This record gives sequence, C-alpha cells and structure tokens, in this order.
Amino acid sequence: MNPDVMVAPEIDYLALLPMIIVGVAAVLGVIVETFVGRGARRPVQLVLVFGSLAGAFAALVWQSSTRSLEVEGALAIDGPGILLMGLVLIVAFVGAMLMAERQLDPAGDSFAPRASALPGSVDERELTKRGYLQTEVWPLFLFAVVGMMLFITSTNLLVMFVALEVMSLPLYLLAGMARRRRLLSQEAALKYFILGAFSSAFFLFGAALVYGFSGSVEFSAIADALAAKPGETALIVIGLAMLVVGLLFKVGAVPFHQWVPDVYQGSPAPVTAFMAAAVKVAAFGAMLRLLYVAFGGLRWDWEPLLWVVAGLTMIVGSIVAIAQTDIKRMIAYSSIAQAGFILIGVSTATAEGLWASIFYLVAYSFTTLGIFAVISMVRDSGGEATRIEQWSGLGRTNPVIATCFAIFMLALAGIPLTSGFIAKFVVFEAALAVDAVALVIVGVIASVIAAFFYVRIIVVMFFRDPIEGAPRVAVPSGFTTLALSISVAVTVILGILPQPVLDLIERAGVFLR
Amino acid sequence: MSPESYVILAAVLFTIGTVGVLVRRNAIVVFMSIELMLNAANLAFVAFARMQGNLEGQVIAFFVMVVAAAEVVVGLAIIVAIYRSRRSASIDEPNLLKY
Repeated sequence: MNPDVMVAPEIDYLALLPMIIVGVAAVLGVIVETFVGRGARRPVQLVLVFGSLAGAFAALVWQSSTRSLEVEGALAIDGPGILLMGLVLIVAFVGAMLMAERQLDPAGDSFAPRASALPGSVDERELTKRGYLQTEVWPLFLFAVVGMMLFITSTNLLVMFVALEVMSLPLYLLAGMARRRRLLSQEAALKYFILGAFSSAFFLFGAALVYGFSGSVEFSAIADALAAKPGETALIVIGLAMLVVGLLFKVGAVPFHQWVPDVYQGSPAPVTAFMAAAVKVAAFGAMLRLLYVAFGGLRWDWEPLLWVVAGLTMIVGSIVAIAQTDIKRMIAYSSIAQAGFILIGVSTATAEGLWASIFYLVAYSFTTLGIFAVISMVRDSGGEATRIEQWSGLGRTNPVIATCFAIFMLALAGIPLTSGFIAKFVVFEAALAVDAVALVIVGVIASVIAAFFYVRIIVVMFFRDPIEGAPRVAVPSGFTTLALSISVAVTVILGILPQPVLDLIERAGVFLR
Repeated sequence: MSPESYVILAAVLFTIGTVGVLVRRNAIVVFMSIELMLNAANLAFVAFARMQGNLEGQVIAFFVMVVAAAEVVVGLAIIVAIYRSRRSASIDEPNLLKY
C-alpha cells in the first residue's frame, strides 16, 4: 500500500443494492422512532420493514446474474451468496410477519411495552393498560438482517467480524424484550450476550493470528499465502481453529451449544423463530465461504475436526432432546442436532456438499419458522404454553394446528414426502461421495434416536386426552396465518417436488475466489 | 523489544481474559474480561502489522475499537436491565433457565 497515492475504491452500487436498501431502511427506522408520533409509528415501521425486505429481494432477483468481487474484494456477490441472501430475506419476511402479530396476546404483541420498565412494576402495568407497543424492535430487526447479508458475502475477515457483530448485537437485545416472563427473557439475553461476545473475541483473535501468518485478512490473500508457505502451519492452524470456534458457536454446534436451549426458551417465540432460522443460514453461509475459499488448502486439517464436531452435535443434540419437558427447549436441542447434519455437508469440502448444505438450510429454516409460529399460538393465561404435557389432546381440540405441527415434526425427523427427508438424503449423498461412511452411519443413528421424540410429540397431541386447564389456541391475524401457511407449503412442496430448488441451487455454482 | 514479544504479551492478555470470563461471577467483571480479550486481539493485530510491514493491522484495530464500543452499549444495557429487576449483577443468580 503506497500512502502517497490514495485511490478511492470503485464500488458497484447496483450489485450491493439489496444490502443498501435494507440498511437505509434500518437507519430510517431509527429516525422514525424519533420524529413520528406514537400512534403512527407501528404502521410506518411495518411499511418500512416489509417494503425494504421486498424491495431488497426484487433488487436481488434483478441483479441475480452478478458474479463479481465488490468493494476492492471485500464482498463477493456470487451464486451461493445471492442464493443465501435471498433465503435470509425470505426468512426475515416471514419472521417479520410473526413479530408483527398482535392478536395472539390480549395485551398486544410479543414484546414488552418498554424494555427498560421493571417487569411487573406499576410503570409497566400502566403502559400495558394504555396499549403501548414497542416499535424499536423493527430497526433492530433490520440491522440484524443487514448484518446477516454482509456476513454471507464477506470475503475478508475484518468485514466478517464487523458483520458478525452487526448481526448479533440487535439479536441480543431482541432476546430480552419478551412481554411475558421477562425475567426469563432477560436471563436469555444476558447468557446470549456474554457467550456471544466471548465467542466473537475468539473469532477476532483467530483473525489476528491468520493475519500474522498471511499479512492480509482477505480470503484470496490467505489462500495464496497458504499455497506459498506450505510448511509453516502452526500459527494458521491455531488461527483457523479459533475462527471456526467463533462460527461453530453461532450455529450452536456441540461443544459450543450451551446457550442454545436457554436463549430459544427465554426469547419471545417470533424472535426465536427468526433467530433460529436466519442466524443458522448466515453463519453456515459464512462458515462455508471461509473454509472453502480461504482455507481450502488446509482441508486436511479442518475436515477431521468437523467430522468429530458434526458427529458429536448430532448425537448429543438428539439424546438430550429426549429428556426435555419444555417444547421450546426440545426444539432447541433438535436444532442443535440439525446443525450437525448441515455440518456433514460442510465437512465434505465439495461442490455437492455446498449445495446439499444450502438445500438443508432452506428446508430447515422454513420448518423452524412454522414450528415457532405454532408455539406462539398455543397459549394459556401466562403466555405461551410450552410444557409438552400441556399439548396433550391438541389434535382433538385443534386438528388443523396440530396437523401443521405434526408435519413439521415429521420433516425434522426426516420422514419421506417432507422437505427434511430430501435434505438429509442430499447431505448423506454428498458425504458418501467423499467416502465419509462412518459419519453417515452416525447421522442415521442420530436420526433414529431423534425420530423418537418427534413422534412422541405427535402421540401426545393426537392420542392423549387434554389435561385440566389445557391451553387454548389463540386465533391469529393474517400475519401468523400467512407465515404458517408458507412454512407448511414449503415443507411439503420441497418434500414432493424438490427438483426445481435443487436445480436452482446447482445453477448458482460455487463460491467466487 | 521485538514485535514478537508483543504477540506473546497479546496471547497472555487473551488468556487472562478467557480465564476471567470463566471464573468471575460479576457480570461487569466478566464483561471487562471480554473487553480485555478484544484488546489483546488488537495488540496482536498491531504487532503483526509491524512484523508484516503493512498498515492493515493498524486499520483493523480502529474498527475493532468501534465494534467494542458498540458492544459495551448493548452489554451494559442488558446488565443494567437485569440489575434493576434482580438487584444483583451476578451471572450465577439468573438460573431460571436450565436443563
């Protein structure tokens, strides 16, 4: 770098339009909070959120043939990047519908009227009585979406770290804003924050070590340095391990999974839905790009590590889920197990593995959105009724909702004619192509264990009598109904007709180097 | 002192921060330990920048400072909210979520 000649970087704003739209909308959201009257805030914010997500998606489709490195090689707008950004935008759109719902809770939406008010205080009761709705969640939500889009496309460890924080910081706050059971919610926020910050510090120190090895944080430069200095690997292997720890934490892989059940249980259900689905997409997107583009040359070092983590994640997630009595916690452990299956795809280090992982992410994210949509509807006087025994007999009192939930359970278990079956199939196929037979066997065993608790929920819902004081299923507005319908439709259609989506993913090709 | 010593110092600081997060009970102190880890990474970046002879590491350190400041805002907000509702900043006491 010559300090005498400073050349302004060339930026193709059109290729970055999707991110710019969401980012500008997020900033506008903050301004709306300041200058728009209380009554008009919610409609204005909703228009901003849904408008910007739809606009960004349209811009993404319009620019979908772009395959280039942008902003001096800091961002890669390539096939998998565009695909995953599109997935994040759709997931965010559906998640926003769940967050906008305000008919389920008699007091309003799922968020505390004012996050700073003491739980259960006079203040809070007064605000609730006046029907205050928190609208600050919307800018936070949009900032998280921008962070995810950057995280997926970043080809530079610095940008990746900044994107990681832009994605995570709003989510820490959103986790602590539940209207009901605030103490639980705040505890979830604290745990998520402390452990999240801890893991991002690991990520950063790993980035520093990699920089020490290669003299640059750009993925292409790291790959070149690896090729140029094949012998000296101590520094870079430790650096890579620390980077991967940071990312494995975000996807909730064993042994970095401790926060997942607490945060999933404590956060408001719509936030959990968005977080569970979109963060996994973003973090796996970033992990795939980091490992495939920057550290492809160290494949022999990270593959065995990921095999062990994938195997442990599937087995531990499935076994611990059996013992759960809370439905959100059970889903949390099941999502840990699902992360293990996606890690199988990641660990293959082939194009097929990349495509299989992306397909798995598509299938998993819609199923998860649907699950939390149902959970947010089944309520008793204290909010969401999440003890599994409370769900007994739901299939008799509310056959439609129970059937939807049963479809999601079957999808997570990987039963044919659901998206989960195809997803597991393509992942196992990719693993067998690189002779990772042991991993596939562990995966199949974990699926069998997992099928037990998924089917148990179905048995509880359809073959048990309702208990005393059974929860009622609140009648939702169009928002949740539409979100649930989309989730069911995608889960079933991907199970019956997966080929168009598989073709789309394959056409996207591989990461740009 | 050669730049290598600073890298070693950074590693030592990072380790102290990690141990601090793992053993301390007060949320504020845990949080300070995390900041120590981030600053250890900063020191490593700057030392490596010197060793590599380019400016990237120093620029990164500035970015990290900004991110760390944003993290403080969010973290302290959460800790203060918890303190107000529980009258304690211990990270062992919030234990409603378990198993």
